[in-house]
Amino acid sequence: MTPGLSLAYRRRASPLHAARAAAGGIYCLGLVLCALILVHPVELLAVLVAVLAAARLAGVGAEVRRAVLPMLVLVLAISALNALISRNGLTVIARLGELPPFGQIDITLEALAYGLVLGLQLLLAVFVAMLGTATVNPDELLRIFRRISLRSALTAALATRLVPVLEADGRRLADAQRCRPPDETRPRPRVAVVRAVATGALDRALDVAATLEVRGYALGGRPPRVRHRLSRHDLAFGAAGLALIATAVAAKLAGLAGFDADTTLSIALGPPELGLAAGLILIAVAPFADRRGIDL
Amino acid sequence: MSVLAFDAVTYTYPQAGTPALRDLSFGLAPGEFCVVAGLSAGGKSTLLRAACGLVPHFHGGEFAGRVVVGGLDTRDHGPGEIAAVAGTLFQDPETQILTGTVRAELAFPLENRGLGAAAVARGVEEAALALGIERVLDRTTRELSGGELQRVALAAALAGRPELVLLDEPTSQLDPVAGDELISLLRRLNEQWGTAVLMIEHRLERCLSAADRVLVLAGGELVCDAAPVDFLEWAARAAPALQTPGARLLQRAGMRPAPAGVKDARATLRAHGLLRPPAEPGPDLPDPPAPAGDAAPKEPHRWRRRAPAPPPALRFDGVWHELADGPAILRGVDLSIEAGESIALMGRNGAGKSTLLRHAQGLSRPTRGRVERAGRVALLLQNPGDYFLADRVADEVAAPVLAAAGLAGLGERHPRDLSGGERQRLALAIVAGGGPAPAAVCLDEPTRGMDRAAKGDLADRLAGYAAAGAAVVVATHDAEFAASFARRVVLLADGRVIADGPVGEILSGGWYFATETARILGGDGGVLLPEDGGALLRRRLTDCAPRWGAELA
Repeated sequence: MTPGLSLAYRRRASPLHAARAAAGGIYCLGLVLCALILVHPVELLAVLVAVLAAARLAGVGAEVRRAVLPMLVLVLAISALNALISRNGLTVIARLGELPPFGQIDITLEALAYGLVLGLQLLLAVFVAMLGTATVNPDELLRIFRRISLRSALTAALATRLVPVLEADGRRLADAQRCRPPDETRPRPRVAVVRAVATGALDRALDVAATLEVRGYALGGRPPRVRHRLSRHDLAFGAAGLALIATAVAAKLAGLAGFDADTTLSIALGPPELGLAAGLILIAVAPFADRRGIDL
Repeated sequence: MSVLAFDAVTYTYPQAGTPALRDLSFGLAPGEFCVVAGLSAGGKSTLLRAACGLVPHFHGGEFAGRVVVGGLDTRDHGPGEIAAVAGTLFQDPETQILTGTVRAELAFPLENRGLGAAAVARGVEEAALALGIERVLDRTTRELSGGELQRVALAAALAGRPELVLLDEPTSQLDPVAGDELISLLRRLNEQWGTAVLMIEHRLERCLSAADRVLVLAGGELVCDAAPVDFLEWAARAAPALQTPGARLLQRAGMRPAPAGVKDARATLRAHGLLRPPAEPGPDLPDPPAPAGDAAPKEPHRWRRRAPAPPPALRFDGVWHELADGPAILRGVDLSIEAGESIALMGRNGAGKSTLLRHAQGLSRPTRGRVERAGRVALLLQNPGDYFLADRVADEVAAPVLAAAGLAGLGERHPRDLSGGERQRLALAIVAGGGPAPAAVCLDEPTRGMDRAAKGDLADRLAGYAAAGAAVVVATHDAEFAASFARRVVLLADGRVIADGPVGEILSGGWYFATETARILGGDGGVLLPEDGGALLRRRLTDCAPRWGAELA
């Protein structure tokens, strides 16, 4: 097996890895809810800083950074698309004239800004998902879900197990096709390769299903409830996750961090917004300060 | 009472014309270690799948007769219930690992049975300790080697302390060291905890000494059920392809009884005064060649210019393969392989054999150094099935190539319906048969899961490529196969060539990288194969026995 070919959980010496899956899950949920609830660009940038800092402090910064460039391209694409199709905003920055089937196209600052915010929210959701994938033990998480819904959790477990297996199969198949003589007279249609991969996937799925059978999956037992005392890291990350959610909800209810891009662009930028941004970063990073008991 | 009982079992897979098992009856006593042998497609895997309940519950088909496992009739109880009394381990470790961490993998079967938290935790700890994997309990399964994965899968199968463990060629994907370790583990489980073992294995020399009994299947029928020594006597008469190298060696020397392992064979030789005294050291291994430009001795100057030597078929010049953020897989490999040469590339898992072959073909590029090729390099990777894209064998390669591969009559078959040996011949025909003649033919672990007849056929084909002028390079763990086709052996460790020399020298002086014949004879005379060893022993019996007998006395 080759570790590190794709993003996957690996236990490392970090406070986030030392926290139980439920606490890590709440922490990631807090970050992603902040990104979805707060649409103010400064707050979103603060969440971005918090996520990147958390990834770095958890020792998975390199893995998350690998997605920065493709995600930035996606953010710009979303922004451009929104600018093309949105009719909102009065601040026209470019007139592109008639463009069938869209009609008159005027690029407005508001549509561009709103597209950027949407793109940033998507980027944050992806980054938090990557952080969670790399730091939250999937087996522990699935154990929690198996207690709630056995079949769907196991389907998810199977699917996650098949991903690396099929990834390896796909690489092997591609290598085998590259080993064919170059001047072969019979060209291989791409669809044949895809079909071979699909057939292989079916075989693999059958093998994994047979293993599930002989490990007693059909008996349908649920994992027992395990009661362990909460560690300092469980408490820290669980509390941080809840604090992030509470802060975001409170800010929303209080009307803080206002952002309007319907008619003219209006971004509130005063001490409350900057304080909120600093607070979000602080809450997200604080649990990493205590590094006791994180060794493998 | 038997822990496993087959009673007149006949089974036919769905849409199959003939039964895979025919009127099969036998019983396995508690604590018995039983090996299932037979040529490919004899019904061995089907037997195992019937024993664990996958046949008929998972595979469907027509089932007659009765299989009782630990008191559970498989007609009434599915594989999940049978898992409580019989742990099962298949060949491929990758598809037997279901979760992300070792601890979760071991807990999974116990949790499925609805055990409490304390029982699950205890079961995990005990299985881990029994198999010596307690140090990797919190590692992710992606980080483990093939040998470690197979051990984890075995631990998961044993987590509930079943009375019986069923294994389908568990060592086929492991190097000799990991394979021997697994067999030792099974023997320990069998001896210390009384776990009954039913194991399918092609390389009988690996496990026969641990077995109490051997079952032989042919065409789905039980054709032999005997103790190992009796089985070997039977095989000498009825199925020579199933004889172990040790048994063939002693048979050719005209000695009895047939040995179940190296220890028995050496005891027989010692009794005949034919074993060389152990004090004598084995042959020194030749050093690997010095890198070009190093302090290699220069040839004396000659006035007459010699004709330039033909370029090597393959040349590795200081080849490094370093992973980004990872270790170096190859560390400055220097190797020159001439046209027509046959080389076995050996070394434990992770030594760099497969990577070296990928560099030979150009699938990977060196991070330092270079690879020179005299022409096209045909590379057959480990899984022949990866090469097949068409629904008909005839659509994979041109008819003349198919005929040359001995597959002319199988053109209408689906490639996946071919036997293991036929699939490999087809894949080899695809990579080596089409296009210009290859300068080198490289194969990565081609004998996994092959019986001796198929291995012999492959060795003949490789000799054909070498005779046609291609360099043949085969990465293999199978010392017997290496001895049958190679003239030279290159031993790799940690990405470096640690020994490079004639096959007789390299494979006659070690423990792991040695044939069974060489281990029995202690490297005597550099003999590797039973046929040569038998001839040597016959000569010794007539010439030297009196002198050695006197020395020993």
